[in-house]
Amino acid sequence: MATQQQRPLSPHLMIYRPQMTSVLSITHRFTGVALSFGALVLTYWLTSAAYGPEAFTRAQAVLGSWFGRLVLFALTFSLFFHFCNGIRHLAWDAGWGFEMNRLRATGWLVVAASVLLTLASWLAAYAVAAGA
Amino acid sequence: MDMRSPMGRVRGHGSAGEATAHFWAQRMTSLALIPLSLWFVFAAVSLVGADHATFKAFLGHHGNVLLTVLFVLVLFRHAQLGLQVVIEDYVHADGSKLASLIAVKFLAALGAASCALAAIKLAYGS
Repeated sequence: MATQQQRPLSPHLMIYRPQMTSVLSITHRFTGVALSFGALVLTYWLTSAAYGPEAFTRAQAVLGSWFGRLVLFALTFSLFFHFCNGIRHLAWDAGWGFEMNRLRATGWLVVAASVLLTLASWLAAYAVAAGA
Repeated sequence: MDMRSPMGRVRGHGSAGEATAHFWAQRMTSLALIPLSLWFVFAAVSLVGADHATFKAFLGHHGNVLLTVLFVLVLFRHAQLGLQVVIEDYVHADGSKLASLIAVKFLAALGAASCALAAIKLAYGS
């Protein structure tokens, strides 16, 4: 009976050891919801520009403030993570990549690529800002 | 033969027969967003710190306003499809589920129309 207590349980989230596959899965969903909020930020940016120069200058200042930049940085990472993991999902839809070793390899590839793409685009953004 | 119970049919539960269309629309919009979102990041980075005139000139190029309109339309459709799944997974009370599904659909339409009109106004307006 002692071994019975050691048997795996169904995923009870509070005690279940997080796995890379499940963490990436919920991160995909979470970044998707975050990006829906990002679509509203984009709406604010575009409609401010359509409203006129003063509104656009204000929007650029809001988005360029430290808090605005923090939000945009989080949104950039969300976009690239959702982008890379979305391609992973499309590969699964095509029937490729379900083996455990491929799941782990593509998972780490998604994490590395989304971090690198986020940093690269922010380096480019600061280069543009310095040149402007 | 209908396998559903009369009660299930009356309450409107069970398959509505639209899951495949939803699945396919989610995949088609994600496929379209691969090039569109990459272009958007390039465009957004190039517009860091831009003033109104620069922004207006950017959208004055036909290719840029075309891609912006395509991007926002596909983006809001994709977001609506995704949020629908999240709501259906976590909101179980009939009333609040229906209310949030409708709200997301209306908000997505409002956002898409607002962005597209703003871009078109900047591109072709005075």
